[in-house]
Amino acid sequence: MNQPVIINNQERKETTTLNLGPTHPATHGVFQNVLEMDGERIVSGVSTIGYIHRAFEKISEHRPFYQITPLTDRMNYCSSPINNMGWHMTVEKMLGVVTPKRVDYMRVIIMELARISDHLICNGILGVDAGAYSGFLYLMEKREHIYEIYEEICGARLTTNIGRIGGFERDFNDIAWAKIKKFVKEYPPVLKEFEELFTRNRIFIDRTAGVGAVDAETALNYSWTGPILRACGVDYDVRVNEPYSSYEDFDFDIPVGTTGDVYDRYMVRNEEMYQSIRIIEQALEKLEKEEKGVFHADVPEIYLPPKEEVYNNMEALIYHFKIVMGEIDTPKTEVYHCVEGANGELGFYLVNDGGRAPYRLHFRRPSFINYQMYAPMSRGMLLSDAIINMSSLNVIAGELDA
Amino acid sequence: MGKISNQAVLEKLSAKFGSKISLSSEPHGLLTFEAGREDILEILRFLKEDKELNFNFLTDITGIHYPEKELPIGVIYHLHSFRNNVRVRIKVFLEDANPSIPSATPLWEGANWMERETYDFFGVNFEGHPDLRRILNVDDMTVFPMRKEYPLEDPNRVDKKDFFFGR
Repeated sequence: MNQPVIINNQERKETTTLNLGPTHPATHGVFQNVLEMDGERIVSGVSTIGYIHRAFEKISEHRPFYQITPLTDRMNYCSSPINNMGWHMTVEKMLGVVTPKRVDYMRVIIMELARISDHLICNGILGVDAGAYSGFLYLMEKREHIYEIYEEICGARLTTNIGRIGGFERDFNDIAWAKIKKFVKEYPPVLKEFEELFTRNRIFIDRTAGVGAVDAETALNYSWTGPILRACGVDYDVRVNEPYSSYEDFDFDIPVGTTGDVYDRYMVRNEEMYQSIRIIEQALEKLEKEEKGVFHADVPEIYLPPKEEVYNNMEALIYHFKIVMGEIDTPKTEVYHCVEGANGELGFYLVNDGGRAPYRLHFRRPSFINYQMYAPMSRGMLLSDAIINMSSLNVIAGELDA
Repeated sequence: MGKISNQAVLEKLSAKFGSKISLSSEPHGLLTFEAGREDILEILRFLKEDKELNFNFLTDITGIHYPEKELPIGVIYHLHSFRNNVRVRIKVFLEDANPSIPSATPLWEGANWMERETYDFFGVNFEGHPDLRRILNVDDMTVFPMRKEYPLEDPNRVDKKDFFFGR
């Protein structure tokens, strides 16, 4: 068994043991892999995970439903709004709350922005690991613009805690709308330029094509989901298979690859960003037709009333108290809800016994499940290829360890 | 949504396994049933390999603990048939002292870490698992922390007790 070791100089062996991580600058997160190396080639490897395990599932059993949203932020922190909204929708599904179309479309906009911000980081970092810093820095500016939109909507940038169960805490203001519209217009040319730096770049192709190729059958056997599964040629996307938040109203394509190598994953992610822009454009168009000012479902027993009503209205005060104390009536049931996270199917399995907190909450974290093939697939790879392979899997340490 | 109904899936399973499948229900449209630990591998294999059902994708394996029940430790499987776009949830309940269940790793490689996680948090022994070690917690931990007997907060603390809130 490969264990983290201090090399014993007395021991004579043919291979070298290399601790890649836990804090190696090239792994972009807390990942440890103990590799047996034959020169530059990996003979075998063992992944050790759990360095930033924070027991979210246990904590969730002691928190009212609305206090679990900030925990979901800290899973995939590159696209936390998707986690937040996935959780809101899970609770809404359990409570049977139907959100208005306008809320759905606003959520779609935020979720697609989050998807873009996640994919652009992943593809940018892939470039960095292949030795090209400029593309990453160029896209970083655009991520800043996305974060400014979040900031305008919820006040936070990274761990957003965006929205509430039932909708949003407030309507998007005019600055937010203007920023979204500006972003939708400005992003595709930037992405085009980024693609021109990489897509037909000889060095980039040589470094990525054929690296970490996975066939569809193996990928399914390892329960892969998300862009890396689609790069293998399987057209599975939760947004299409089980539409949530009115995704069925939108017209978009699911890009798939053929070989499942790093290059295909890069291409799939790039195309998904264009598709996300397409979805946002459609959402903006659809929102024109919706009634203005609706930003949450009409569910006073679940959705916090506005503060001025709490001070002046008895009913609002009671609801406010009950919601804050976690005293809302919930059914005894179990529910599995999944959303298409940036890395794959992000599932929430919630077992409720009618109490203040979930009886059991399990997160199906795509990074955790996708990452388990990393060590087996690294076998026989060059170390430099293994680094590129890891960044194209886009494993986020927070989601891996939960 | 799905190309075959939950009823059809259940009928097919009942025809094959009869009374080995019990307590079926459909919370929020997801077919759920219980099975025994002796039959679980056979049921999973049938679901996966049957041409019509084709539950080719293992979405998740996780555990649950009901301390007051006779069989307190539960293992929960979520399967997904991509072709039919149907999901199914299978629960297996096990005894408290040394709960063990056959591993699903012969069917899906992806079950490996999911089972390690379930072992890590609930102490379920997956027989035939190639590498059943703790995964997220430290190796020298002696308890299985997601079981209900391990409270998150100080058990002597009373200010959060339910009776203060009318329960």
